[in-house]
Amino acid sequence: MTPLERYESLVDDPEAFRAACDRPLPSVVRVNTIKTTVDRVREAFDDAGISHIPTDWHPGVLRLPEASPGRNWPHAHGWIHGQEEVSNLPAAVLDPDPGDRVWDTCAAPGSKTTQLAALMDDRGLLVGNDNNLGRLSALRHNAERLGVTNLVVTNRDARNFSLKPFGSDGDDDARVDAFDAALVDAPCSCEGTIRKNPDAFDTWSLDHVHSVAGVQKGILRRAVQATRPGGVVVYSTCTFAPEENEAVLDHVLDTEACRLADVDVPLEGVAGVTEWEGAEYDPSVERALRIYPHHNDTGGFFCAKLEVTG
Amino acid sequence: MSDPTNDGQVFDRLPSTSDDRDVAGRATRSEVIEWWGDRFGVDAETFENYTFWEKGAGKIWVFAADLPSPTDAEGIGMTFLRTRQEHWKPTTNAVQRFGGRATHNVIDLGPDEAARFLAGDDLDPDWDGDWGYLIVTHEMAGEREPIGVGLYVHDELRSVVPKGRRASLTARE
Repeated sequence: MTPLERYESLVDDPEAFRAACDRPLPSVVRVNTIKTTVDRVREAFDDAGISHIPTDWHPGVLRLPEASPGRNWPHAHGWIHGQEEVSNLPAAVLDPDPGDRVWDTCAAPGSKTTQLAALMDDRGLLVGNDNNLGRLSALRHNAERLGVTNLVVTNRDARNFSLKPFGSDGDDDARVDAFDAALVDAPCSCEGTIRKNPDAFDTWSLDHVHSVAGVQKGILRRAVQATRPGGVVVYSTCTFAPEENEAVLDHVLDTEACRLADVDVPLEGVAGVTEWEGAEYDPSVERALRIYPHHNDTGGFFCAKLEVTG
Repeated sequence: MSDPTNDGQVFDRLPSTSDDRDVAGRATRSEVIEWWGDRFGVDAETFENYTFWEKGAGKIWVFAADLPSPTDAEGIGMTFLRTRQEHWKPTTNAVQRFGGRATHNVIDLGPDEAARFLAGDDLDPDWDGDWGYLIVTHEMAGEREPIGVGLYVHDELRSVVPKGRRASLTARE
């Protein structure tokens, strides 16, 4: 059984699902509003003869039907960043304000991190953490090209991320005691990236799904703990397995002070599932959003929004 | 007890002025802001809400927030300026981010030269201003936009765009 066959019972239109998974993904870029505007990027593309089509849900996300995201002047200036359409979702759902303190727990290579920085108008404090030192250089390179100045990059295990290095146990005015919001764009089995990475299933195994789910639970719990009451934690993966999605939410609802909120975005998707292979999850996981590739002609995605209650 | 020294492993916030300096050779916040004003005419108000940090010898970072000093991290803000050398050198990324506010020591290139500059080629443009580090711009979508840093010496403009930011693009029509 292939990973996709495993989820056909969950999918509304299995035939459309299979067909979409077989199609390559279009090139998509996000406009970096730290350095420019949507209008200037469109004018620069017009000047260079690069065709571009705005997506209907996000004016700053443009499809490039004939060109690659790099190798053009807007890219050289850090005006755009190649970022799959659906990968623009979690930062939009988190929707930070300028001046907020935000923690991106699994930040490399930085597409969503730099999008958070842009939504914050490059003000406030953004902590971009990743446990993989090799991938941090990509995060730093992307952040610098895109002109981000409010980002602190750390290289730690998010599951036991301490605020002490930010002076949390001291009295410095610049200390960080808690975050206003956190993004957990978790490491996952990446089933939903099959259109971008045709070999995504080569290394797939159920054992890996279970082991990565344990990591996801640890990171999401720590993100809820490190966020102030009333703050928001967004959880996302690019995979379909309920073990890595609704089961992780169910675990955190059981163990930490938080509740699910609706994911309010103008993208087509379906509700989170409350039952899978004999397991039952908290009914509120229905408020999460599952996006299958045929819904919006994107990669597959999962996104949930948690409110911290205590 | 020895004097405090520059620890290359952590980020230290720059002292405000030389009166506050306790690490020998460290640039101060006011020197950094004055340098951008003197060299390029970038207004001091531009940097009002930023803090400046040193990690490693002479490498200055610009940060839109603040943290306790010292802080142990892989990066704080953006690499901004190389100090502790005779001629201070701004980074390509800092020039792209803040160089649009420059009023002098800015050289504007036409489409062909701009493409060659981005590819890392040295150029021979008309320039009768200062030698040293210049902000190199070209026109994008109707406005002047900084590409990066050039070193003008001996009637030659050397591209110091780092390898990871170079690209070979065809000139626009």
